[in-house]
Amino acid sequence: MLMNETTLSRRTFVKGSLASLAVAGAAGTGALYGCSPQSEGGAGAGETATTDQISWSQCNVNCGGNCIFQWHSQDGKVLYMESDNTGDADLQARACLRGRSMRRWLNSPDRLMHPMKRVGKRGEGKFEQISWDEAIDTIASELKRVIDTYGNDAIYVNYATGMYSSTGKQPGLRLLSMLGGYINQGYDYSTNMLQAIMPHMYGSAANLDEDGNHVTLKKPATAFSPYDAVNASSFSEAERASDLVVMFGNSPAETRMGGANAVWDFAKVREAVESRGGRVVSIDYRLNETASGHPDEWLPIRPGTDAALCSAIAHEWIANDQVDKEFLDKYCVGYDEDTMPESAKGQNKSYKDYIMGTGYDMVEKTPEWAAPITQVPADTIRALAAEIAAAEAPFIVQGWGPQRHTNGEDTTRAICMLPILIGKLGLPGTNTGQREAEPPTYLVGGIPFSNPITKTIPVYQWVNAVDHGHEMTATNAGVMGAEKLNNDIKFIWNYAGNCLTNQHGDINYTHEILADESKCEFILVWDTVMTDSAKYADILLPDAMRSEQLNMQTQGYSEFYTAVVVGGPAQEPPAECRSSYDVCADIADKFGIKDDFTEGRTHDEWIQYLYEQGAEADGNMPTWDEIKAQGMYKRALEPVIGLEAFRTDPTANPLATPSGKIEIYSETLAEIANTWELAEDEVINPIPVFTPGFQGYGSVNDEYPLYCTGFHHKSRTHSSFGFIPELEQVARQQLWINPADAEQRGIAQGDTVSVKSPAGEIRIEAKVTPRIVPGTIAIPQGAWHKADMNGDRVDEGACVNTLTTYKPTPYAKGNGPAHSMIAQVAKA
Amino acid sequence: MLACKDYRDLDADRTFRRVIDYEGGSCELAPDNTVTQDVFAYHISLSCNHCNQPACTKVCPTGAMHKDDLGLVWPDTTKCIGCGYCTMACPYHAPRIDEDLKRSSKCDGCRERVARGLTPICVEACPLRALDFGTPYELSERHPGTVRSIVPMPDESATSPNLLILPSAAAECAAEKGGSIVNRAEAGL
Repeated sequence: MLMNETTLSRRTFVKGSLASLAVAGAAGTGALYGCSPQSEGGAGAGETATTDQISWSQCNVNCGGNCIFQWHSQDGKVLYMESDNTGDADLQARACLRGRSMRRWLNSPDRLMHPMKRVGKRGEGKFEQISWDEAIDTIASELKRVIDTYGNDAIYVNYATGMYSSTGKQPGLRLLSMLGGYINQGYDYSTNMLQAIMPHMYGSAANLDEDGNHVTLKKPATAFSPYDAVNASSFSEAERASDLVVMFGNSPAETRMGGANAVWDFAKVREAVESRGGRVVSIDYRLNETASGHPDEWLPIRPGTDAALCSAIAHEWIANDQVDKEFLDKYCVGYDEDTMPESAKGQNKSYKDYIMGTGYDMVEKTPEWAAPITQVPADTIRALAAEIAAAEAPFIVQGWGPQRHTNGEDTTRAICMLPILIGKLGLPGTNTGQREAEPPTYLVGGIPFSNPITKTIPVYQWVNAVDHGHEMTATNAGVMGAEKLNNDIKFIWNYAGNCLTNQHGDINYTHEILADESKCEFILVWDTVMTDSAKYADILLPDAMRSEQLNMQTQGYSEFYTAVVVGGPAQEPPAECRSSYDVCADIADKFGIKDDFTEGRTHDEWIQYLYEQGAEADGNMPTWDEIKAQGMYKRALEPVIGLEAFRTDPTANPLATPSGKIEIYSETLAEIANTWELAEDEVINPIPVFTPGFQGYGSVNDEYPLYCTGFHHKSRTHSSFGFIPELEQVARQQLWINPADAEQRGIAQGDTVSVKSPAGEIRIEAKVTPRIVPGTIAIPQGAWHKADMNGDRVDEGACVNTLTTYKPTPYAKGNGPAHSMIAQVAKA
Repeated sequence: MLACKDYRDLDADRTFRRVIDYEGGSCELAPDNTVTQDVFAYHISLSCNHCNQPACTKVCPTGAMHKDDLGLVWPDTTKCIGCGYCTMACPYHAPRIDEDLKRSSKCDGCRERVARGLTPICVEACPLRALDFGTPYELSERHPGTVRSIVPMPDESATSPNLLILPSAAAECAAEKGGSIVNRAEAGL
């Protein structure tokens, strides 16, 4: 008998039920507890095994969850995991499906076991086992050679987030800092466009002096960060007081899946908001997993056009006199002529002029204008505008997908215009338009380091810096902390990251740059398995997993909870795997600075030192002996309202913008637009407008008739876990394509298809689904690149970055192409 | 599901718990390319329902598959001959023949954990706190308004499952409009 898909027999459904799904697997009758189990055979492996040790540890990848592990092991080998099952069930950091698969990673036959050196061409992935002595000698001599030949500003530490721990990447940064430093990364791949542009609207640390005072207003001021609880409200605040949640490209059920992470926060938000008669609106090109189960929440939109939707909503509010003019005059610069700065007065450059068709492009941003761009019907736009305007406490929040487009600098600000226009920020239940807040409370720090070099490149620019760094300046490449780079990058240090190729962009182009050994002369990679990036190593080091050493890390992103875990090892590192701290100490020894590097502490003594420093500063944490025994300490945090102090008293608590106010029109950006060297298709706008962007709206053509984008997938955290068969089996790598687009191409569910973009070609299985807007296809990001780079370069692993074109965005110089692609699909 | 796989040491090809993805509806494109839609999607996390009238025990020729004192249904591997009748009888596809053991293998409700006063590993694992465990009476008290079947599950009259579900809004759409299971390969169906 098969599961019957057409069963429509009588059922009773509960009106207004709130839980997405409460499945209750229950036994039949009688008392369940306190009975002795039967003694017959039949239980599975984990259950029958007796374990002799429980070790605490954590998930240390980059979803931000840092969920808690309790490893059950026997004879020094982990057998299974329990996660956080302690205390209040609401406050448990329960690992997601990925964390629950960590044992597969730990005990994977694919683990790197020995130090290796490259023997083939760079990128071919051919290596030969060497001794630790040889590896450390080579690394030390190459570091010395590059520093002596070019200087420390030829060294770059590549963006890498595969390991968040107090002693993960920090030992390498400490070592390099002591050797004279390295070029810094500016921004990051998660929030690149947002992090660069938002300070011009909500405040920049560049306008603060050393004491944190505003340089002209001479009082403390708030600078923008995407990672705090000052500039955005917590989800728990929405739970407490909002009556309407509007999500732009935000799906915590995919990006933050762990049980003390935003996915759990959001489940409570939905229940609370609905109990007040409100609802959730999910504006997304996919019916994402956060909205699954709740079909009324999905408002489909063409990706990369959020700014057009927001402009049309603004138009409705202005036309219907629903904007909060008093708020805009008092708290903002540049809404209309009344608050334009002197340099821009009388030139029709205000936001209102842009929206109403009297400035900039002289086009009125009506819902009818926005409808064909966004694919949202004009009436739906009007209804949404009215719904938000009618809400007492709208909580408007964007994920990081909308800004990860080639027009991301404009999109991220355009979304923030919604709460600004109606004065709904800094008040109970509202938000600033940013992603939900992140925790203000980190309980412990990492091994300290201080890079003497301030020179910084936007993180996505490293490939250009390898290729022609000496030509890169502040005004042509966004170099920060200096007018220009002196050197090309000659030494890349890549610890626990897959951003050399897989997670960077335009793999085919990047391969060309990296394969040329006359450009970057030495690449050091540390990892636990053979990632695509690892194939480009000159020396490849096998790292110990965090569960194979004493591990400590404070909490991740969840804002209603903070914690610290101290524990392990649950089992010993296999073969020759070592901790990065011990290896860096050995490299330091080659330079005669081992004692300075270690300060006389072992790895485990550093953890105790860092814990005790954190405990002293916090005042509430257990002692070292106590935390060693209990493994974990956690506590709840109060809800926060973003920019509450500014809203309460903007004179006493200004923003760190030049004016101290929200700068809808930024004079600084206007100046940058006039002075930077930009290509013809690159525009920097002083106000948030809708611009299509490179490979954005309107760029499809006969050869590439579909928009294409990427999204976070259940089976991976970026590319972490991308080799675990148990995860791939339950959440496979599939191309999302609407039936309307699939049928035209004769593509059926399960077909293998070819996806081509201007940058490359992949092979992938088709998931034909109405859950994606017609005209757009989507590929789960993070799959492992698998192509013959000496042959046809067709990527059988279906990594989305085979399709992205390397073109940094106009202002942030960021990874906008990550989600802005054009493509064609055909049956393979 | 992955917590279960970890705890019971099940690889990619073996599972005691599955998540069914069910979806339906469509997007309509207007001449100006705008979209209207009635799309829905939801998930059902499903394992053995430890039925009051288990189909698997009825067909078991040796009595290996049985309902124990706790009300949990599982195969006694000392009696099981691996004939596979139980796998054919169960409308929820809960039992399967383990290729290595050549014996029936399925969720036993984590009976050892339950006996120790714990909940099954899946219940404790669920990040959304969407799973609960107890007697049907307790669960009905804690979660008013549950039903014992939603699309596409068999009607409850087949085996009288001890499974209580709070249907989502999407499940109501499915009851009205129908749809399909879209992850048969992943769910092993």
